[in-house]
Amino acid sequence: MWDQEIRQMASSHAIMASGVFMATVVPAVLVPGFSVYGTHLLWLYSVAGAVAVVNITLFWLLGVSSPTKKHTITYKVSRLVRSCLYLLLSCLFFHTVVILYGAPLLETALETFSLAVLLTSLTTLRCVCVLGPNVQAWIRVFSRHGAMSVWDTSLQMVVGCSVVGAWLGAFPIPLDWDRPWQVWPVSCSLGAVIGYLTGLVAAPAWIHWHRKHLTYKIK
Amino acid sequence: MRVRSSVFACFCLVLEVLGIALFLRGFFPVPIKSSFSSKSKLSDLPPEPFTGSSLNSSKVPDPLFKRVVIVLIDALREDFVFGPNGRMYMPYIRHLVERGSTHSFVAKARPPTVTMPRIKALTTGSIPGFIDVVMNLNSPALLEDNLIWQAKTAGKRMVFYGDDTWVKLFPKHFMEYDGTTSFFVSDYTEVDNNVTRHLDSTLKRDDWDILILHYLGLDHIGHISGPHSSLIQPKLMEMDDILKKIHGSLILKEAEGALPYLLVLCGDHGMSETGSHGGSSEHEVNTPLVLISPAFKKKVGMEKPSTVEQVDLTPTLALGLGLPISQNSVGRLIQPVVEEASLRDQLRFLHLNGHQLSYLLKDSMPAYEKEEGYEQFRVAEKSHGNWVKLVVEGNTSEVLTNMGKKVFKQYLEALRAMSAALSKQLGKYDMYSMVVGMVLVFQLLLLLLLAMPEALSSASEVDLPVSSALLSLPFYLLCLLLSSVHVLVCTSAESSCYFCSLSWGLVFGAVALSSALLCILVSMAARRRAKPPGKSPSHGGVSGGWSLSELDILLLVGTAGHTLSLSASSFVEEEHQVWYFLLNTLCLVVFQDVCRKYFRERRANIGRLEDEDYLLPSNEGDAVASPLADLGVTDAGSERWLALATPPLTLACCRLLRSLNQTGVQWAHLPDLGHWLNSLEHKMVLSLFAALSLALIYFLVQRRCSWVSKIALALGLLGVYSYRAAVGNVVFPWQHGGGNMSKGTVEARFVYVFVLGILFTGSKDLLRSQVITADARLKSRGLWEIYSGVVLLVALLFRAHNLPVLCCCLLVQTLMAQFIWKKLHYDAAQTTIMHYWFGQTFFYFQGNSNSIATVDISVGFVGLESYVEAPAFFLTALSTYAGPLLWAAHLVCYLSSEKRSSVAVGHGCYCLALLRSVPAAAYVVLVTALRYHLFIWSVFSPKLLYESMHTLLTAAICLFFTTMEQSRSSSRP
Ligand SMILES: [Zn+2]
Ligand SMILES: [Zn+2]
Repeated sequence: MWDQEIRQMASSHAIMASGVFMATVVPAVLVPGFSVYGTHLLWLYSVAGAVAVVNITLFWLLGVSSPTKKHTITYKVSRLVRSCLYLLLSCLFFHTVVILYGAPLLETALETFSLAVLLTSLTTLRCVCVLGPNVQAWIRVFSRHGAMSVWDTSLQMVVGCSVVGAWLGAFPIPLDWDRPWQVWPVSCSLGAVIGYLTGLVAAPAWIHWHRKHLTYKIK
Repeated sequence: MRVRSSVFACFCLVLEVLGIALFLRGFFPVPIKSSFSSKSKLSDLPPEPFTGSSLNSSKVPDPLFKRVVIVLIDALREDFVFGPNGRMYMPYIRHLVERGSTHSFVAKARPPTVTMPRIKALTTGSIPGFIDVVMNLNSPALLEDNLIWQAKTAGKRMVFYGDDTWVKLFPKHFMEYDGTTSFFVSDYTEVDNNVTRHLDSTLKRDDWDILILHYLGLDHIGHISGPHSSLIQPKLMEMDDILKKIHGSLILKEAEGALPYLLVLCGDHGMSETGSHGGSSEHEVNTPLVLISPAFKKKVGMEKPSTVEQVDLTPTLALGLGLPISQNSVGRLIQPVVEEASLRDQLRFLHLNGHQLSYLLKDSMPAYEKEEGYEQFRVAEKSHGNWVKLVVEGNTSEVLTNMGKKVFKQYLEALRAMSAALSKQLGKYDMYSMVVGMVLVFQLLLLLLLAMPEALSSASEVDLPVSSALLSLPFYLLCLLLSSVHVLVCTSAESSCYFCSLSWGLVFGAVALSSALLCILVSMAARRRAKPPGKSPSHGGVSGGWSLSELDILLLVGTAGHTLSLSASSFVEEEHQVWYFLLNTLCLVVFQDVCRKYFRERRANIGRLEDEDYLLPSNEGDAVASPLADLGVTDAGSERWLALATPPLTLACCRLLRSLNQTGVQWAHLPDLGHWLNSLEHKMVLSLFAALSLALIYFLVQRRCSWVSKIALALGLLGVYSYRAAVGNVVFPWQHGGGNMSKGTVEARFVYVFVLGILFTGSKDLLRSQVITADARLKSRGLWEIYSGVVLLVALLFRAHNLPVLCCCLLVQTLMAQFIWKKLHYDAAQTTIMHYWFGQTFFYFQGNSNSIATVDISVGFVGLESYVEAPAFFLTALSTYAGPLLWAAHLVCYLSSEKRSSVAVGHGCYCLALLRSVPAAAYVVLVTALRYHLFIWSVFSPKLLYESMHTLLTAAICLFFTTMEQSRSSSRP
């Protein structure tokens, strides 16, 4: 029944994954001295930017987002402003959470904030693209049995995987191996990106596997 | 046999403690001691080797020094003397090191770098076992062969001033002594003045041969404010002046023709970057050793001091004073000290040292003849004999000198090899005892795990097939088999095992227990297999059925992950990070649950919720009857916001507490709030903080107490503040002239009276609720009173800057209990796991770590005039484990509060036992597997002690749980 939708999702996820890949490879060719560890923040922003651009274009083209009833300019502008506001708030939220987890308050504020930006681009941005700036819808999707379409399910999985990836990425930090990837926030951002990629692969696969059992309530 | 799950859990945990105790006995090797009970005697000394018939001079070489002064500065770090700041800190000594007739070395102290084992090492030359740390405070007289005993036997007159550990170790050895206690850690001037005040008169006199001074002030400064504090320099300059004075008077006294003096400056251990000690970091291990004597050559400039072992000082001093080397010494002669003597004497010294080492080797190692060092020593001894023969014959050629040098090299080589072999011998484990202990622990863990569905069922009872197991044939066969294995092992093993030395009755008890457990396990497993897994799982959670909520997944993954993380030394060192991380995640997941509940509910009220099947049990009934009323909250709307605010508030509290005490190893040196508060200029802030915390503690605890306890609590908390003021931690508004510091004994005893009073009232209520009236309300009040008594005691024991930890602990408990655990209907298992996690985290918030150094032994003296073992141990354990204890106590109060179902206490007790058994059992195996790891002594062993202690404590808590449940069931006719 959703074969076409699943195929659509798989291909769009492939594009997103290649976006991350390109964001790592292209600067390596263009910028001298670029490396994931050495110039970590550059890599981080390039990935975040790439993910943002690819997500926005893809979801705009696909038109997954809930159809808007009104088409006035003011409504669209207010939606855009609200989206930006939510993204900013989400950056601040992630920043606070990371500090609560024990990141130094002031010394590494830039690194911490960059990680928050990356996490926002991997998670909140997708929420905004799929669900629009609608907090009620976000809460619905992330509560139990809240998914209403395959896109909701994939959103749950990708967001979950990214966050869990970042969470797991924090574990090697206390080890005294003195490796370049143990520098804050390298392991966490690597974990988040790896989790994101895993989510991109896992979501269509899981939905395909479980398509017989999945039932969504019709809106 | 059906037993209640709490009794079952208790039984398992108590047996597990016994298993762990057996394991510990096998794991911590007893230090090598030669089997001779006698001590080395002058007459036992071997003659000088001589090839040929007669002329065996058994004469001991003459002593090199007449008088020895040993100045031991506690916690003197190597870089305080030899480092770039040395010139500023100790100008006189530094000048001597560079230009005087001295020898300087970096002496490596073996971990544990704690004072008493170090003193033992310095005097006996052996390396004390790790377990000596535990006995650090309680120092009985040293019975082993040691330098001080040898000196006394040889008629040397000794004078001692300083740390009274020495006086306890060597009673009646000193002609004159004055011991100072290191009990008052915040005092760093008086302890040293007590030593120095005797100095002038003693230096004037001539009636002593050995003078030992042990200064404690530097160590105390380290504990208070670390190695970079501004107090360090004046203290070291004071020490430098004292050394200058001693040196000057020694020079004056020196008579022409007589033997020279020797002045020794050494440290027992260093101090880490945080100022503590006990571990094995470079700064804790490296201590300076400066030997000053006119017998040495003058130095011409600063040389890099070479490295020796701390125990090397013992044979050096013994030979220098013409005494026999103590039997168990593993040290070797510091060769530069004797380099001015004739070659023949030097060889003789090396021979004596080698002879003693070879004897120890022979005695402690069955295969000693295959040891490289032993063979080398035999060869060297033979060529030494030949050389002496040539010398006696009057040969004085160049060849002879070269040959002598060769013998000399051979000896040095042999000494090095033998000393290394002996040190390695220390790492020998009693594997049999370890395996028996491990098997026992594992059987019990499996039993706990297999019984999980029954123990967590609504009946909360476990059916143990005891009688069928005891009457079965396999049980008797197993008993027989295990007994024969025991006999086989004990007769074949060449090294002694502790388990073999136990009496037959005990051994047979253990064998029967183990076989019975095995039979029970097998029959339970068979029963489980036969029964279809129809019952709902333990961690069914709120949604029921097999599906796990995020919270359940986190709790399971977290527990498993933490257990796994113990296998890496870094994670053991930084275990607090793991707990902080897990607790944060827990709070976030709880936050998500709360959000979900309240926001979904709002949607439901608006009427847009489609799936009615997912509705949490409504809380209308709760909102009215809940104890919110006493916080002044009755409105459902504000209650929701409070519930929503609780997890973020908890997170904020945790973030704050985490920066209060930096702990662990890697980041322990970072500045933290605790140090900031403890510095002198912030005393006012600390006082305000402490007063505020005490007020808040009163506000949080008094709610459910009777009015008598309320008054007692208030007075007790006032007493706590005045105790802190008396000790000088905080300022007291009506105190003028803050100079007079007392021990605060009176104030502390005042608080003890109230603690006992509150505990008594609580137990009286409990007993009444149990015996006379079956009143649940009375019982819950009694429990709460006992809890508040414990809180008051902990408030007294905690350092002033740690009072916010206690305060936050109570705050989080109150908020979580009222808004989260009750409202979200978490079951007993989930609540217990959360309590356990919180308890672990608060253990580290207090500033504890997995190293022995962070145990605050000074609390053992609160309210006591002198060291008394039992209360000191009890108080230290209580204050160290205050976090886990308070959370467990809160768990009892919470689970047995009126509205809970009656099985909740049983479930809680079982979960607590399981939660403790899993890491303990895993850790026992891990330590066995890693017993040759580089960090086994510095990282893994202290953690093993912590784990065992924690298990013991949990067993006690579970016993308390059981009695609570018992009274409940008996009160229910
Ligand atoms: Zn010491
Ligand atoms: Zn100390």
